[in-house]
Amino acid sequence: MRRFTVIAVALAAVAAAGCSSSGSGSSSSSSSPSGGTITVFAAASLTGTFTQLGKQFEAAHPGDTVRFSFGPSSGLAEQITSGAPADVFASAAPANMDQVVSAGDASNPQNFALNTMEVATPPNNPGKVTSVNDLAKKSVKVALCQPQVPCGVVAAEVFKNVGITVKPVTLQPDVKSVLTQVETGNVDAGMVYVTDVMAAGSKVTGVTIPASDNASTEYPIATIKSSKQKSEAQAFMNYVLSPAGQQVLTAAGFEKP
Amino acid sequence: MTVAAPSHLTARERARRAARGGASRSVPAPLLAPALIAVGFLVLPLIGLLIRAPWGSIGAALSGADATQALILSLWTATATTAISLVIGVPLAWVLARTSFPGQRLLRALVTLPLVLPPVVGGVALLLAFGRTGFIGQYLNSWFGLTIPFTPLAVVMAETFVAMPFLIITVEGALRSADQGFEEAAATLGARRMTVFRRVTVPMVAPSLGAGAVLCWARALGEFGATITFAGSFPGQTETMPIAVYYALETDPDAAIALSLVLLVVSVIVLVSLRDHWLRGGSL
Repeated sequence: MRRFTVIAVALAAVAAAGCSSSGSGSSSSSSSPSGGTITVFAAASLTGTFTQLGKQFEAAHPGDTVRFSFGPSSGLAEQITSGAPADVFASAAPANMDQVVSAGDASNPQNFALNTMEVATPPNNPGKVTSVNDLAKKSVKVALCQPQVPCGVVAAEVFKNVGITVKPVTLQPDVKSVLTQVETGNVDAGMVYVTDVMAAGSKVTGVTIPASDNASTEYPIATIKSSKQKSEAQAFMNYVLSPAGQQVLTAAGFEKP
Repeated sequence: MTVAAPSHLTARERARRAARGGASRSVPAPLLAPALIAVGFLVLPLIGLLIRAPWGSIGAALSGADATQALILSLWTATATTAISLVIGVPLAWVLARTSFPGQRLLRALVTLPLVLPPVVGGVALLLAFGRTGFIGQYLNSWFGLTIPFTPLAVVMAETFVAMPFLIITVEGALRSADQGFEEAAATLGARRMTVFRRVTVPMVAPSLGAGAVLCWARALGEFGATITFAGSFPGQTETMPIAVYYALETDPDAAIALSLVLLVVSVIVLVSLRDHWLRGGSL
């Protein structure tokens, strides 16, 4: 029995070690003299577009490598002000960028995109959601972002504009996890960005929110002061703001700021 | 120790002898340095928590509505998890320890798998089984209108999935090493099998039952990955202490540290209550 316990504990330790190393193991390839590796912290709603922009940027700048850490803007801002090794920060709301700027970790952010909200439902629409007003119904299970995450802030604005109170069943860490709850059919509806519905394709059905009720958020981008790859970081930021970058964002459903 | 201890000694006696013998021995430098690094690595983060703790406003940080709700939710779900694990886990431990049937080793491996499985994988598995479109969940939903995710029930299920195996292996081990002569004596004196179980077996393994229950409770209290994956997160419904700590770090770091301190204190209490089993090297 003791031997079994020891083995179990040892295995648990190995499993735990495996988890943590895979989490932080992405920092293995450090900068080479010719090109640089930059780390971009970007809002979860930018997952698709920035991954594509990163590939295009790497093609246009041979030798440079772009790595991404996608997550909730609020969480990324907290990580950056705690000293996380980011070179560029792209936030889904000015408030989270302001937090980084006021901590002295970035300056002169520039807005590069604008996003509005849409209701996402599973394709078979089990909650029979036909308008954003249906989200106030008790029978409709709704997933929202945490209130401090931009998608949670903007969703609250929409509900205020419409004049409804929504009691969600879960508050998710970021917009992509809201989308996942919708895709898996565990909720009847989720408040996500227009771009998320578009990116999800046939996995979800979008219910448009009338422009008069909808709310939007601006996406600012800035380089991080402690970056050791300043020129590459600036180059990536310029690429996002360039016509080529804007084309990718527009194609994904983002609007111009 | 280079000399093997006599094998007839119990683990506890061996540990005591080792402790007595080792106390006066000097530690070789090649062992001392890494040992000190290990101590520093394990202890320094805890000191960091204590240094940064907002001692002046700790009461205010903990009395926030979300913190109180998270604390209450965590305490009762961990307790419910332990109760359920005692009711269904102890009989399973008995079956594993006292019977033999084909496939028993496989069964033991299966039910102790959550010990080594990353909890978030457990959460995904629970979602695929009991989620609204899961292979069991879809019938619960269409037949009874019951959806488990995002309810406190989901929290208890996630915690039970992760924590119950700790109780099972602890009790199973105790049952295996317990002297079955007493049970046989009771049986020959005419006691029914359930009476033997209640009056002889359970009292005999009571210390391990207690240790397993405390271990199970502590593991349930700390559960994060399976819970957030299967139960989601909503204050008062499914947002347990560890999840509250995780989110509070983004919005209110002082509250996150205060909540962490509470969990640290609980952990210390658990360790103290288990000291006979672990700190003195006794067998589980």
